[in-house]
Amino acid sequence: MALLEVEGIHTFYGSIEALRGVSLEVEAGEVVTIIGSNGAGKSTTLRSISGLSAPRRGSIRFDGAEISELGPSEIVARGISQAPEGRRCFPRMTVRENLELGAYVRGRAELGPDIARVFELFPRLRERQSQKAGTMSGGEQQMLAIGRALMARPRLLLLDEPSMGIAPLLVERIYATIAEISESGTTILLVEQNANYALGASRRGYVLETGRVVLEGESATLRENPDVQKAYLGT
Amino acid sequence: MSALLHKLPRGHERLLVAIVIAAAALLPLLFATGSPFIDDAVIALAFVVMALGLNIIVGFAGLLDLGYVAFFAIGAYTMGWLGSNFFFGAGGGEGLHILVSGRAAELPGVHVNFILVILVAVVFTTIAGMIIGLPTLRLRGDYIAVVTLAFGEIIGRLATNGDQIRIGGLWDATVAKLPGVTELGSEAVLTRGKQGITPIDKIDLPFLDPFGSLDVRSWYFVALALVLIVLFVNFRLRDSRLGRAWVALREDEVAAASMGIPIVRTKLLAYGIGAAFGGISGAFLGSYLNTVNADQFQFSFSIFVLAMVIIGGLGSIWGVVIGAVLLSFINGYLIPDVLNAIPRDIGLDFDLTQLSYGIFGFLLVIVMVLRPEGLIPERRRRLELHGVGAGVRAGAGTDVELADDAPR
Repeated sequence: MALLEVEGIHTFYGSIEALRGVSLEVEAGEVVTIIGSNGAGKSTTLRSISGLSAPRRGSIRFDGAEISELGPSEIVARGISQAPEGRRCFPRMTVRENLELGAYVRGRAELGPDIARVFELFPRLRERQSQKAGTMSGGEQQMLAIGRALMARPRLLLLDEPSMGIAPLLVERIYATIAEISESGTTILLVEQNANYALGASRRGYVLETGRVVLEGESATLRENPDVQKAYLGT
Repeated sequence: MSALLHKLPRGHERLLVAIVIAAAALLPLLFATGSPFIDDAVIALAFVVMALGLNIIVGFAGLLDLGYVAFFAIGAYTMGWLGSNFFFGAGGGEGLHILVSGRAAELPGVHVNFILVILVAVVFTTIAGMIIGLPTLRLRGDYIAVVTLAFGEIIGRLATNGDQIRIGGLWDATVAKLPGVTELGSEAVLTRGKQGITPIDKIDLPFLDPFGSLDVRSWYFVALALVLIVLFVNFRLRDSRLGRAWVALREDEVAAASMGIPIVRTKLLAYGIGAAFGGISGAFLGSYLNTVNADQFQFSFSIFVLAMVIIGGLGSIWGVVIGAVLLSFINGYLIPDVLNAIPRDIGLDFDLTQLSYGIFGFLLVIVMVLRPEGLIPERRRRLELHGVGAGVRAGAGTDVELADDAPR
């Protein structure tokens, strides 16, 4: 049984059907990526899993239990947290306060070790811990968004376009850290427009087009696929 | 002053609180009991309670509420219903008396002890706050403001026309059938409209005689006690997990939801707790002013309290206290007693009180231009309007700058 099993979900924004029966699986310990162009439904898939946009039909099982009916706070409490699209750090809170809010569902837990671990993964955040998040660069905010998501101690981490709008050098650093997070045992589902990075960092991938999965397989295989190369890798 | 407050560590904040409380407690001893100054001070303290309540909704959670008068009204009517001869048919004309002494214990109508009335007002207004909260859950920003404005108007109309709404028959046929619940008689209505419910029972505390209308000092101390309770709750809330959830909600609702903050519950708690403070103050004022009438519950009242919060400093507990005291004294003392005759003295044919709301509007504009974050701003809000905040919204996060480790 996979850690996350998404089966035929249909998600709507008003009357617009953004997902038309998406199915995917993530095994424990894997890094899986979803690639696709703008508006393909990548972010909506993550929003459906995290409960921000509940699917109208279909099922989402996490660790064997149905979660598609649950609200976001229950889903975070069960072990799925996310670095949302556009990072969305709390701009007028300090880095440290942002991290503390990431652990909101854990109540009054002792956060010291968790914060230390995030600082180890992203030393830049340690330097900036008393700085307001809104004054940091996009790359630093992305680090904070990922670190904040880790504070919930997720078993499954959802990352929505960690490379968006970020200088290339920082993107590489962030991807190196994603690999590190994965090695420490956290399962990752990664959404990207930048297929190059995503397929390099993941074991398996899904290609989304207009709300449907059109292709899936090993990332290495997807990379060789002529359609993928033409549409997403620009070669 | 504000810079000083920001630099204060928590321990010093406590010391400051102690000094302010001591000064406030000694203040009435400097004036004769029954002095008009103490009367103004009692009203000011009641406004402090109300402004602190509205500050939870607007300042902490960032939900603009233009109908706060509704909670004042519900609190005041709770006092009116449970502390006057309004329901003269109660108990078959004998009246219903719960833990009251003195004259109130012999009159017809429902007469319940003041402390219990406060508790009932808290329950009523919390429920009302959550009811107003429900339709706004799917709304943001200005749309929330419009719904709350409408709610304030609905309650205001109910107060005005409540003398035509007969609730007695329905009550006696349903609720009064429960064991131990009194009948109200078929004549009972909801409010007494613009005529007002009067007189209202005086505050009746254990071990003390019921207060007299002229013994303003006692009222002052009760009002001060209410302020202290509400202040304590405010400080605790601000530093609590819920308080941080409110700030997160205010900053970015989607991000807050992603962190697992239960949005619905967090919003409803803001409305409920904020409303409860309005109810406490309303019940107190009902008794102190000795009347509960529909003219008290105007839209302008909501704006008046909102102006206290904004002029003082949205989200800043100290700021809101000062804003409430300031506006309340300008309204109750400075304009009517000190400056009122100025237009006549210079040969104009009106009183300054007729212009009071114009004056408040003018003050609001001045503060917005010179100090948009309020007199004593909250730490975060100041950042929003000055310095780093300017860059927060527009520029940051685009990562146009370098990606190396160069110090900035």
